[in-house]
Amino acid sequence: MASATPLKTPLYDWHRTHGGRIVDFAGWAMPVQYTSIVEEHQAVRNRVGLFDISHMGRLAFEGPGALSWINRVCTNDAKKLSPRQIQYSLLANDLGGLIDDVLVYFTGKTYDLVCNASNREAVIRQFEEHLAGSKAKLIDRTFETAMIAVQGPSAQATLQAIYDQPLDALRYYHFGEGKLAGDVPAIVSRTGYTGEVGFELIVDADQAVKVWEALLKSGESYGILPCGLGARDTLRLEAGMPLYGHELSDSINPYASGVGWAVKLDKGDFVGSDALSQHQASPGATRIGLRLQGKRIARQGAAVSIGGRVVGSVTSGAFSPTLGASIAVALVDPGAAVVGTEAIIDVRGKEEPAVIVELPFYKRPKPAGAQA
Amino acid sequence: MDPSTLRFAPTHEWVALDGATATVGISKFAVDQLTDLLTIELPTVGDRLTAGKSLGEVESVKSVNDVYAPVGGEVIEVNEALADNIQLLAEEPYGKGWLVKIKVDDPAEIEKLMDHAAYETKIAEEH
Repeated sequence: MASATPLKTPLYDWHRTHGGRIVDFAGWAMPVQYTSIVEEHQAVRNRVGLFDISHMGRLAFEGPGALSWINRVCTNDAKKLSPRQIQYSLLANDLGGLIDDVLVYFTGKTYDLVCNASNREAVIRQFEEHLAGSKAKLIDRTFETAMIAVQGPSAQATLQAIYDQPLDALRYYHFGEGKLAGDVPAIVSRTGYTGEVGFELIVDADQAVKVWEALLKSGESYGILPCGLGARDTLRLEAGMPLYGHELSDSINPYASGVGWAVKLDKGDFVGSDALSQHQASPGATRIGLRLQGKRIARQGAAVSIGGRVVGSVTSGAFSPTLGASIAVALVDPGAAVVGTEAIIDVRGKEEPAVIVELPFYKRPKPAGAQA
Repeated sequence: MDPSTLRFAPTHEWVALDGATATVGISKFAVDQLTDLLTIELPTVGDRLTAGKSLGEVESVKSVNDVYAPVGGEVIEVNEALADNIQLLAEEPYGKGWLVKIKVDDPAEIEKLMDHAAYETKIAEEH
């Protein structure tokens, strides 16, 4: 499906001229790293990092039928959103597998949705198939806007220096509107995909470089680094966050993936609800964390065995810079998912010993002075 | 090892030939591309290698990559130090980071490989 010419974000030229190693990701030419995945990862854990996430899909919903349309296509209950609140949600197919995982923004009047780059077209198609005469329309704003993530312990200080609204007042999974770098209108949310304090910004495409460079400047004294998709993946995996195409897919139900909490079966009928209520009773698999003894990485698809029996397979594997160890997430038979159990992972034909550990692999330390 | 005296395979391995003994490693360019090296799997002494076929794999945080034998022959020595300290490869790809020594079947095979100038031109064109 990836087109011959990869799509480019408004920051593509910046990445190219600043050492970004460009790879094709979901049809987009994106930086996988600038210097080192490990260095960029540590910058986010200890200081602050900047990510271009403009490849993610940004869709706007307008019209009086928007809420019922979203609630028919998505599994979570968008009716519960307060103005300027954000909700994690899923799009299920008729069999209860997933089309995508998304964030739904409610302005108080209209809705916006952020989806994975790889699934943008499938998400739009699914909405259009289930419009059913609703008085609502969907506008794809992906190409006219840019999206930047600022993540890490110094993210708030870095962003506050160029933002005209108080970030202290912005709660987790909420957003506000203000001006960045003087005069750039922006949507600023307290969200992220790293397990750290962080923010995601949406601005007009032609303002992306200005905001990006202003953030690099305001974060300079904290040791800010631009970060690529490589660090984004190791950070989200340490934080136990699922990724579509790995823990989430059209053939894995959300209860197996550990995101069943985002399915609200009591909100009334929606796409996939019948199948999902059956999956809830019997998910068939459970998501576990594995820590390997050796440093080799168990990549997606590697078989996981316990006591000589294959119980499942790896969905994501990476080297964890924080733990200094090879880690993996796997989907296994529910009965096998006991923390502390020793397992064997078949890493390209060689058996690698591992142990089942609690998810997430990494939890951000509580801020100083906070009650335990 | 002075890289200008080495021969290079298109898959980024280098060879230094001394009589019938070839020392094999990975180019600095390739090591820099990999970054964040984790582990390396190497053959054992006595293994037979075929030119162009995998002799092992090097794994970085980003990916797993096959290492190909630039010449055929028998493995006579393996750089065991790399198993404990992969950083040797990152820091000295043309020195302490060598991978294996091979007793080559046909020393003339090395003539099929690029010299340093040709290799530099190739990587400059591709990147």
